[in-house]
Amino acid sequence: MIRGLLTFQSKPSIYATGVTAGPLEKKKSVFAPLFDKVYEDERCDLPTNEDGHKQLMYDAVLIALSKAKKQPEKIDFFLTGDLVNQMTPSNFTAQALAIPYIGLFSACATSVSSMITAALLADAKQANWIMAGSSSQHNAIERQFRYPLEYGSQKGATAQWTVTAAGAVLIGQHKVDTPVIDCATVGKVIDMGMTDPLNMGSAMAPAASDTLMNHLTGHGRTIDDYDTIITGDLGSNGFKIFKALANENGLPHTKNFRDAGEEFYGNDPSFKAGASGSGCSAAVFLSDVYQKMLTREYKRVLLLATGALLSPLSFQQGDTIPCIAHAIELSMNEVTAE
Amino acid sequence: MQQEKYAQIEKELSPKPPILKNVMKAFLTGGLICLVGQFIALFYITYFDFTERTASNPTVATMIFIAMLLTGFGLYKKISQFGGAGAAVPITGFGNAVVSAAIEHKSEGYVLGVGGNMFKLAGSVILFGVFSAFVVALIKTILVKFGVVSW
Amino acid sequence: MISIYITSFIVGGLICVIGQLLMDVAKLTPAHTLVSLVVTGSVLDGIGWYEPLIDFAGAGATIPITSFGNALTHGAMAEAEKHGLVGVVTGMFEVTSSGISAAIIFGLIGALLFTSKGNV
Repeated sequence: MIRGLLTFQSKPSIYATGVTAGPLEKKKSVFAPLFDKVYEDERCDLPTNEDGHKQLMYDAVLIALSKAKKQPEKIDFFLTGDLVNQMTPSNFTAQALAIPYIGLFSACATSVSSMITAALLADAKQANWIMAGSSSQHNAIERQFRYPLEYGSQKGATAQWTVTAAGAVLIGQHKVDTPVIDCATVGKVIDMGMTDPLNMGSAMAPAASDTLMNHLTGHGRTIDDYDTIITGDLGSNGFKIFKALANENGLPHTKNFRDAGEEFYGNDPSFKAGASGSGCSAAVFLSDVYQKMLTREYKRVLLLATGALLSPLSFQQGDTIPCIAHAIELSMNEVTAE
Repeated sequence: MQQEKYAQIEKELSPKPPILKNVMKAFLTGGLICLVGQFIALFYITYFDFTERTASNPTVATMIFIAMLLTGFGLYKKISQFGGAGAAVPITGFGNAVVSAAIEHKSEGYVLGVGGNMFKLAGSVILFGVFSAFVVALIKTILVKFGVVSW
Repeated sequence: MISIYITSFIVGGLICVIGQLLMDVAKLTPAHTLVSLVVTGSVLDGIGWYEPLIDFAGAGATIPITSFGNALTHGAMAEAEKHGLVGVVTGMFEVTSSGISAAIIFGLIGALLFTSKGNV
């Protein structure tokens, strides 16, 4: 009996997305040309990292709204999260937007958990317009989870770089010729006893594998049903392990697998295993994947966002790293005969 | 899947740290930093009234000043990424730990932010340095008192 | 005279190699590595080995963090020799004040002058 499966009968639609990113992403990310707005300053010309973090998310929401020609007053719910303690950047964004708000925390899997919750609200006809998404800001997250930015510590090959990026997505009732949300799988928290906070990919890969298998079996899918199955931020090391686990689980191939974290900065070795952070999966899913769906290069995709549910406190107190992965399936109808 | 089995798969696939390369880079970086220190000591001995023994005090202070500049201009983290322990073990690494924490927490104010967090990384070095010095000196003093060893 | 530059490079480098091995092989965090080295320096001075190392290697022995443990112990022992047990506490910072005062002063000045940057 597989639990956590969700099917959205009414097939809620994605109406618009907004993606913002920082100056390093502008220079180094292969996805930079697809982002809606990039800042010249890492704090968006504001005094603190957290102010800049809020601005990223706020602007992403406004961009998504302007594309759909909507005002914040028309939006019924705002669902988002980030990695800062008590999620102040998300909370402060919600204050500025004045949209009824629920903060969600699934670490870097929040991009998908917020979309799942939004789809549920739309499917239950409890809302017409829901804004979902997630964000992260490198400076704010590093100083909280690791070291001061200017502290010298040697990063190994498995370390990942928290991105400065935000993604917002406007979800509403079903509409033809838009990417629609078919079904989803809510993941279980999986802990395989990994302890190295500089090797998150290894900790998250089993959670991604578990949710993928549950989604395929539970919804009766095979991996060939998808143009791509894209994970959030496993990084090059975690992605390699994830593919090995897929083989172990008897999947025929991993040709259509992608990982947003591994691809984010190209193969630049300064970023070690690639990108991470709740803005990473959101930015790639809502720019690259979304735009490929609009052009029908992708007709069916599985977004599989992963999150490591640790804190500096839990790590220092000797706890292992529990992880989660949530999956959401999007599809685009065939070209309409017009 | 079992944790043990996964640990095995993970260990097989994850890249190992290139120990020999890291060790060589640490040797080079650490050696160079100490060499710079030696030249600074020479400067103090030649131009000021310091002996080879007392020159280490102004040398250490100067090295920490240099570490402040390198940290502030974002260069120390690059040296550390290359040199690893070669950049962390010299006193400049201690300076980097203090200065980087001070800079980082400026946004919370000079009293609570800078003052409260300056030693959050370097504090344990002071604590255990002081406490081990206390224990070692205490043992030695007692041993001398009982005539086991002499100063 | 030239030889002190060679020995300082080699000894300083080797102490850092020990640190690197503690991090890569023994999997210690940087903080644990530095604490281990400081305690080692302090013990080495207790048994009288660190001062000869300074004579041999100069800055190669005074610049690595081990010298911090050495200097603390040295101050405590020197004062204990003069004043007995109470000197163990009072003499601690006699020799080593410059490192800590410099770190405090330049830490605050650094905070006044600089802002951290999230670049690679």
